[in-house]
Amino acid sequence: MYDIEYLHQATSVDDAVAALAADPLAQVIAGGTDVLVKLRDGKGAPAHLVSIHGLAGELSGVTLLDDGCVRIGANTVFHSVTTSPVIQERIPVLGEACDTPGGPQLRIAGTIGGNLCNGVTSADSASTCMALGVLLDLVGPEGRRTVPIDEWYAGPGRTVRRRDELLVAIRVPRSHYEGFAGEYIKYGKRNALEIATMGCCCLVRLAEDHDTLADVRLAFGVAGPVPMRSHAAEDGVRGLSVAQAAERVGELALEDTRPRDSWRASKAFRQQLIKEMSRRALMSAARKGGATV
Amino acid sequence: MDAYDKVTGRAKFTDDLCPKPCLEAKVLHSTIANGVVTAIDTSEAEKIEGVVGVWTCFDVPDIQFGTAGHPWSTRQSHQDIQDRKLLNARVRCYGDNIAAVVAEDTVAADRALRAIKVTYDEYPPCLDTESALHPGKTGELHQERPDNVIAHMDLRSKVRGERYQSIEQILDDPSLHHITQHSATPRQSQVHIESCTSWCKMENGRITCVTSTQIPHIVRRIIAQALGIGWGQVKVIKPYIGGGFGNKQDVLFEPLNAWLCMQVGGRPVRLELSREEVFFATRSRQPKTFDVEAAYDDHQNLVARHCVAYSNQGGYASHGNALVANSVNSFRQLYDMRELASRVEATTFYSNQITAGAMRAYGVPEGNWAAECLMGDIAYDQGWDGCDFRLNNAMTKGYVDEFWPGKLACYTDGLRECVRRGKADIGWDQKRAEYAHQEGPIRHGIGVALFSYKTAVAALSLETASARMILNQDGSVMMELGATEIGQGADTIFSQMAAQAIGIPTEWVHVVSTQNTDTSPYDSGAYASRQTYVSGTAVRMVGEELGEKIVAYAHEMRPDAGDLRLVDGRIVDAAGEQVLSLEEVAQESYYSLDHAQQLFAEDTAQVKSNTFALGCCFVDLTVDVPLCKVTLDRVVEYHDSGMIMNPRTAEQQVHGGIAQSLGMALSEELLTDPASGRILNPNLLDYKIPTAMDLPDLEAGFVETYDPTGPYGNKALGECPCIPAAPAVRDAILNATGVKFYEAPMTPQRLFEGFKREGLI
Repeated sequence: MYDIEYLHQATSVDDAVAALAADPLAQVIAGGTDVLVKLRDGKGAPAHLVSIHGLAGELSGVTLLDDGCVRIGANTVFHSVTTSPVIQERIPVLGEACDTPGGPQLRIAGTIGGNLCNGVTSADSASTCMALGVLLDLVGPEGRRTVPIDEWYAGPGRTVRRRDELLVAIRVPRSHYEGFAGEYIKYGKRNALEIATMGCCCLVRLAEDHDTLADVRLAFGVAGPVPMRSHAAEDGVRGLSVAQAAERVGELALEDTRPRDSWRASKAFRQQLIKEMSRRALMSAARKGGATV
Repeated sequence: MDAYDKVTGRAKFTDDLCPKPCLEAKVLHSTIANGVVTAIDTSEAEKIEGVVGVWTCFDVPDIQFGTAGHPWSTRQSHQDIQDRKLLNARVRCYGDNIAAVVAEDTVAADRALRAIKVTYDEYPPCLDTESALHPGKTGELHQERPDNVIAHMDLRSKVRGERYQSIEQILDDPSLHHITQHSATPRQSQVHIESCTSWCKMENGRITCVTSTQIPHIVRRIIAQALGIGWGQVKVIKPYIGGGFGNKQDVLFEPLNAWLCMQVGGRPVRLELSREEVFFATRSRQPKTFDVEAAYDDHQNLVARHCVAYSNQGGYASHGNALVANSVNSFRQLYDMRELASRVEATTFYSNQITAGAMRAYGVPEGNWAAECLMGDIAYDQGWDGCDFRLNNAMTKGYVDEFWPGKLACYTDGLRECVRRGKADIGWDQKRAEYAHQEGPIRHGIGVALFSYKTAVAALSLETASARMILNQDGSVMMELGATEIGQGADTIFSQMAAQAIGIPTEWVHVVSTQNTDTSPYDSGAYASRQTYVSGTAVRMVGEELGEKIVAYAHEMRPDAGDLRLVDGRIVDAAGEQVLSLEEVAQESYYSLDHAQQLFAEDTAQVKSNTFALGCCFVDLTVDVPLCKVTLDRVVEYHDSGMIMNPRTAEQQVHGGIAQSLGMALSEELLTDPASGRILNPNLLDYKIPTAMDLPDLEAGFVETYDPTGPYGNKALGECPCIPAAPAVRDAILNATGVKFYEAPMTPQRLFEGFKREGLI
């Protein structure tokens, strides 16, 4: 049994925000795949929960806005991101990343919004969202605001979202994805039910010769305390051929990343993964973009 | 027998049978690994709504008891070490049981646990071999054994032939090749899906304990011993269980559950462990190290081997030295055919690690790992074919163990055929040629390992089993056993055996699956791959006895019919013509006005023989060197387990065992924080059992032989498949990369370190 003292089932975004504001102990629960795991361990018990589980409307589903921006309701479960026609057509790499957390049961319960609000570096959707430079729309008692994802993380397991704010949507502006092909590689010790030992997403936009890298985005999970981009690697390989970039991208990525020793993997091993996965993600993304390497 | 009920959810497990609502018990675990509880303040916990009571290590009976699921011995020297109380003030491992709460529900119980304040005298933890064996004052964990040594054994074989006087001479002979190795095996966890769960109640002054166990009769004894009450005061009921794999061959929290029930006036109390507790507060495979030294000649013959093993038992003795004894014995036995001498030493010691215990194949996977690291390296170093070299030295029919009491021998010769078929299936010769000169990041490898496994524990320990059968009015037969169904298919196989022994169709045998120690005949339970062999002997004996009684009664009914037999449920004469149906005989036996006699049989079989099961595993895999990742492409295993009782359930058992061995090979280990002694990964996310996504289709085959010592030519199978896959993976990685690994599991981290060391990355 879970130690839940109070549960408010929200009827709307405003209702959820009001309930959060009214009770200083209240926290949001959506899919519950993080909150309940912690609660089971006694963390946050006795819990006061404001549930947005199943709340439809602006929180749910993937839509293509008139300006070409892809909007993902925060309550959209991983599986729905993966199977969304908009995602499959416009940003398949994000759908692929959302197909990697846990197993099928988790992916039908866990939400992409929760994955980002949880704030952990290993979140499977985070490095791809980082590479895409997504915008995060929040609603709080004082109204709405938007935070770009590179200003989102405040430390391990922490974000700039205030306790009484609700993440309502993740937006990917057209220019952030159009023309890019991407690859997310999750490195786990097994092939399912896994937390990433390292996550790496690379987006590339090829020039007309199908070989020169017109633009590159490279982002990591578990390469530091929070998901991060490697600007050194991006700047260092932009304008190179795919083959040249593949040679250099791994070493360059090491300059920006700060993996640590833990019982899950040593720093040296994680650095090996950063090097190798950067190279492979770049090559694979380039191939998807039409390169013949 | 049980498939339909289990698939439809109709089968009842321990928790399904618990009357709800019931009281819930929860255990408070220590947050230090070594020290003494000096005080526990329960006052805040007791105030919490719904809390019935809190009991601490200062409240429990001053009785020490042992927990291993071994049959009792009337000889004190053979009894298990009695070294724990229900709750302990002397903390010997992180998570030791120091207090317990009983509450109306688990939320109240959890709140109470968080409100208990414990004061410790904390000592530095002794976690490794070095510190545990040089304990100093604060490292002395049990006053009965101040040096922390639970047991030490040293077996020196006779020196064969005239050339040498001692094994030391052989190991010093410069005309031979020499090799030394240090290998290590992990703290693997059993990971049964049903938690460790029990519930107790009192009736008529007696305690009833319903529990998920492999060994109900032993649970009864140990509850009685731990509580200091008569064995007959305890009734243990064992329904269907969701796996045990040796963890439930130990008596875990049943005695505490029973005692707490008595403290609350016999109201039903349930004690169900969380998954985390199952990992850190029950049992696990003992971590072991092996220092091996060997000499061999130019002709693929081992000449001598010396193995020194250390087994880190943790805070309490549990199964003690029996596990590592099995390791070093199996090390010795499998490849003993050519060598002139061997010596094995084993030491089991206490430490502040969590307590180890039995796990499927009981020490043999560890000894086999050490033996196969040696064989693999020699074959690799010399360029010999790994199969040829192994078979040249491997056990053959006629082998008799030099040390084992009674006769432990190899009675069948299926191993060579196992290897022949395995090689053919996996494409051994072609693959070895294909993989001979590889470069680049992605490499393929093929590997092999052999194993031997003795069946049951006779004659070192007791092997006894009892069975009871009653002829029902319709000609069907009720069978009751002390042997337990633990998901391995025992009920099905015993039904088949009984049907054959009696002479009736299998569907006519109704097995009582649940053991109730008030009524079930005695059997030690499910472990040691013993039941088809030992309990099967009892089933055959009792079935034949019942068949004879039925035929004798039929004679009374048809005295002129001549010789009668019971065949396929019909009483037939010498010509095979039906004389009576079995139903007619049964009806008459119950309701005859002249001679009413219910027909039943009940007996005990004591088995004193022991025999080896053998087999081999082949693995074909791919190593992604830069990513330090292994992908298993094919796993093929062949077993000589004598006659196979049920090919389908046998194959399924082999699949499950291979998966556990592959887990030991690549990913499964409980990790201990070196500073605190706390288990770092006690959950199913961080403790990595292989998923369906990690395993190829597992291929199992059998070379059927007839073992003369088994009731139907059969012998051990249940644990065997848990042995050879891990070293076969190791051998295949060696084949692929040329890198020698000695520590299981070969995780990506260890592969990284190895590849880095050897300059591959």
